[in-house]
Amino acid sequence: MLPISKHVIAGGTAFLLCSTTTHAGEIWVTNEKDDTVSVISTETLEVIQTYETGERPRGITFSKDFSRVYICASDSDAVQVMDPNTGKILHDLPSGEDPEQFVLHPDDKHLYIANEDDAITTVVDVESRKVVAQIDVGVEPEGMAVSPDGKVAITTSETTNMAHWIDTATQQLFANTLVDSRPRHAEFVKDGSEMWVSSEIGGTITVFDTATQTEKAKISFEVQGVHPDRVQPVGFEFTEGDTHAFVALGPSNHLAVVNAATYEVEDYILVGRRVWHMAFNADRSQLFTTNGVSGDVTVVDVASRKALKSIKVGRFPWGAAFRP
Amino acid sequence: MSPYLTSLRAIVTREALRFIHQRERFVAALVRPLIWLLVFAAGFRAALGLSIIPPYQTYITYETYIVPGLCGMILLFNGMQSSLSLVYDREMGSMKLLLTSPLPRWWLLFCKLLGSTIISVLQAYAFLAIAAAFDITMPAIGYVTVLPALVVAGVMLGALGLLLSSFIKQLENFAGVMNFVIFPMFFLSSALYPLWKMAESSELLYTICAFNPFTHAVELIRFALYASFNGPAFLWTVLVTSMFTAAALWGYNPARTGISRRG
Repeated sequence: MLPISKHVIAGGTAFLLCSTTTHAGEIWVTNEKDDTVSVISTETLEVIQTYETGERPRGITFSKDFSRVYICASDSDAVQVMDPNTGKILHDLPSGEDPEQFVLHPDDKHLYIANEDDAITTVVDVESRKVVAQIDVGVEPEGMAVSPDGKVAITTSETTNMAHWIDTATQQLFANTLVDSRPRHAEFVKDGSEMWVSSEIGGTITVFDTATQTEKAKISFEVQGVHPDRVQPVGFEFTEGDTHAFVALGPSNHLAVVNAATYEVEDYILVGRRVWHMAFNADRSQLFTTNGVSGDVTVVDVASRKALKSIKVGRFPWGAAFRP
Repeated sequence: MSPYLTSLRAIVTREALRFIHQRERFVAALVRPLIWLLVFAAGFRAALGLSIIPPYQTYITYETYIVPGLCGMILLFNGMQSSLSLVYDREMGSMKLLLTSPLPRWWLLFCKLLGSTIISVLQAYAFLAIAAAFDITMPAIGYVTVLPALVVAGVMLGALGLLLSSFIKQLENFAGVMNFVIFPMFFLSSALYPLWKMAESSELLYTICAFNPFTHAVELIRFALYASFNGPAFLWTVLVTSMFTAAALWGYNPARTGISRRG
């Protein structure tokens, strides 16, 4: 039997964190069906602003100095650049067709964009607003990642079921590795020594050794009372020090907590319906998940691994990003 | 010591001793809700549907949902157990001894009510502790704020037990209490399913549930476990407690019972 005090204390911690969190900041959430972004205060856990965007906003990320926010307006075939202080769209970037996800290079200058309909990855210079390169990848590219040193970019292709490794110096593919069905999201971790890819239909996360591009581990999920077909890993993020990964399991309505050292799943947390992507607050003590079908964002206390609150946003929230 | 306090101490101690000496009663009182929590709730884990209702701020598992209802179940069964013991006391003659005390009858009944409520509340806390051991937890502050709610709900259900005991003359009739009081009260309430779920299937059942005082006792406990106060549930519970108590006093009226005080 588990010690009672540990859980009572954990519950108490969750409550106290909920009521006394003082790390000011904002979580920006794209609402796919409303063509808006909702801004949530990490202090009050309430929506404090809603801004209009182009059609079907999905991927969202901030520039290094948080003075600009980039939004993939998929059905407008553009990456929009917004002033986060005013909500005003400053300009569009040439993104190629149907941009879904992107990643900003550590140089703060190059955006790597997955063009789902064209099977290409477009590299855009955000300063000159010009396309620098277009790289042929597999069918339906979606997941995008770039290594912390900026030397390698990853595109995952949903239909080809591959992770494509791009040398950012030459903008050429140098490796293609098979993963399970419908890879959705990729992240470099542990100073770039590992690269993780989630496979939505395969129901797994594949861990690669970055140096050799070989498979190092595979993580599977099993949620009590949920049919395995509904356990679909999509977005994931790492806690401070890359010790644990929080993985969104789509229509299973749960997050998984994975030990990043042992690759074991330690916990499952109930959140809203069709949980998709997520973002941490400033000190990574709270995690905000986008729940597409229930149209809300669930706030999870990272220490106690408890869901604290679900905040109504627009219809079909998709991507999330933090700004201080 | 005032005779009032002496009688209070004596009656509460008697209740406590009776409870301590009946260990199987304590185990049974905990096993019942634990079976609901760990077996029934596991089977119905996905049955609740997804809807956030106050006092919850996010999605919860079914196990978490039924914890307040199971606390109510403990109080309900204990209230009825207390009623049963009063009927037993009457049959054994110790009731006569108690009611022939020179102290007012309402005071004696209040002491009895208080004793049974204390036992109920302790059982509810034991249940919450075991639930916490299975990782079904509430906010820490909730374990404190739930105390007054448990007391109010415990007094209401204890008063109901008193009322019933004034009308039940023989132990054999107690089975009827099970069929006509405990089961309808428990199942026609928000203990196992939220009322919006009940409204989806039957408006009539929903209305009955909404008037059931046990629903309000459970909601009072539910809100208190999350450090929230449910005003309407509180008022409803207090009102019904007053009604049950008044009726129980009438039921134990010497003119009605024939057990009169002799000086």
